[in-house]
Amino acid sequence: MRRDRRRLVGMAYATPLAVIVAVLFLVPLGLVLWMSLHEWPLLGEPTLNLPDNYTAIAHNPLFFDAVWFTLTYTIIVTIVLFAAAFGLALLVQRHRPGVGLFRTAFFLPGAVGFATASLLFYGLLSRDLGPLNPILSALGVIDKPVSWISGSPKLAMGSSIGLVVWRFAGFNMLILLTGLQAIPEDVYEAARMDGAGRWQQFLRITLPLLRPTIALVLILMVTGSLLAFDQFYILTNGGPDNSTTSVVMVIVREAFTRFDLGSAAAVSVVVLATLILFNAMQLQMLRRGDRPEDR
Amino acid sequence: MRASTRRLGARTGYYTTTTALAILFLFPLVWAGWASVKPTPGSGQTVGYGLGNFANLWNYGQGLPTYLLNSVVVAVLSVIGTVVVSTLGGYAFARFRFRGHDLLFLATLAILMVPYPTLLIPLYVLLGWLGLQNSLVGLALVLMMFQLPFAVFIMRNSFEAVPRELDEAAMLDGCSSFAVLTRILLHAVRPGLVTVGLFAFLASWSDFVVPLILISAPDKLPLPVAVVSMQQRVFGSIDYSVLEAGVVVLAVPCIFLFLVLQRGYVRGFMSGSLRG
Repeated sequence: MRRDRRRLVGMAYATPLAVIVAVLFLVPLGLVLWMSLHEWPLLGEPTLNLPDNYTAIAHNPLFFDAVWFTLTYTIIVTIVLFAAAFGLALLVQRHRPGVGLFRTAFFLPGAVGFATASLLFYGLLSRDLGPLNPILSALGVIDKPVSWISGSPKLAMGSSIGLVVWRFAGFNMLILLTGLQAIPEDVYEAARMDGAGRWQQFLRITLPLLRPTIALVLILMVTGSLLAFDQFYILTNGGPDNSTTSVVMVIVREAFTRFDLGSAAAVSVVVLATLILFNAMQLQMLRRGDRPEDR
Repeated sequence: MRASTRRLGARTGYYTTTTALAILFLFPLVWAGWASVKPTPGSGQTVGYGLGNFANLWNYGQGLPTYLLNSVVVAVLSVIGTVVVSTLGGYAFARFRFRGHDLLFLATLAILMVPYPTLLIPLYVLLGWLGLQNSLVGLALVLMMFQLPFAVFIMRNSFEAVPRELDEAAMLDGCSSFAVLTRILLHAVRPGLVTVGLFAFLASWSDFVVPLILISAPDKLPLPVAVVSMQQRVFGSIDYSVLEAGVVVLAVPCIFLFLVLQRGYVRGFMSGSLRG
């Protein structure tokens, strides 16, 4: 009797959450599938057109270019960002005077919104106002001003990566730091007693014990990069020549430039399916790293 | 003697490298502040240092006060919503067993797995049906939904870290479960609350994509979308200085709140997010 009451009370506490998750998450998830089967203009009545939205994806050259670009970008940015975040985490791992200030300095860009950061870099890298060209030409690195954002596809990609590293390295550093500090000091001590050098300690202790954290950070980085939008919408505007148009930009363009919500929904469903598959694979890896004997 | 010299050398090397990196990370923020007030030909501030660019920003479009107010309303609503819903939800998950307990927890975490554009396209249609098109309340609700997986996870872990004996003793004294929550547990989970609240603020204050898609009425735009529209409106010469003034207005509240709350934030983040 009392247990029944307690059960109801628990349900009552969970009700606001349940309502939000149902209305704003589960219903839209069903709706996007339903929409993808229809010709769904921004204004006006939807009509069933199965499977036109899906076959149209196959004839959309912009989509394939965007997929290729997004994958390339994801691989490069994940490697660079991970190296930066891990390097920073190792740098501020140990307690010493001033280390708190360093941690704060590295994390601070993460407090600023990503769109804000993109706008900041839009000015920072501009030829008109940006300090980069004057500094580099004073140092003699370049002999004429470079258009960092729109000069070439490679420069645009490089600028976006610079922005992402600046904005996200500190946040990922914090996660890695948590993992690093969870490794007990006596494990290292025992290894030192056995004559293990620094490099060996890193390879034999730090890396294996940190695997679950590394997996988590990589999942966050890869998912975030596959869904990249702000940096390309704001910083490079998809250019030059659509060379930095990401998959999410294609979705937004289908919906709000071409006013074709059905087609945007179909692309979204394809992205969702890919992400689920991908996350399932990653989770499998995570779980393997999470076996009790690895802890 | 030689060992200590070498150690001194290593320490100097460490501090030089790390300080250089720290300056590199702080430089863009400092530069944005400087660029927004320095004299630049063709901007709102042509002679001497001053707030000319901020004056231009003040008068842009519907006026900075409108955009700021929209952003503040959205941020406040979504912070309050996120904190209340995730506290109640976290309490329910940590202390009660009920039908659908695990299913609801998994469904909440699944929000993280779904790409946000997959949800935003149908949400645009759904909010229209609910009469919440171009509504700041609708925008805040959606931003809150995106915050919930992280927030609920942190709050559940925070409650689980509090010994059950605490609530049981209070229950024996005749406290209801709600009194236990408000009088005793809320104090114990404070770091978690700070983390969740700060995270929700940083995310909702700065979010760009969600309002870009959900809001089209010019007088309902939050600040990030308004500032970006300034960048994309002009052809030819772009007034970068006023953009950086916008960046300053957007960034300063985030930096300030983070610096004030960072101790609690980092503690809540470390204890809550990665255990469990």
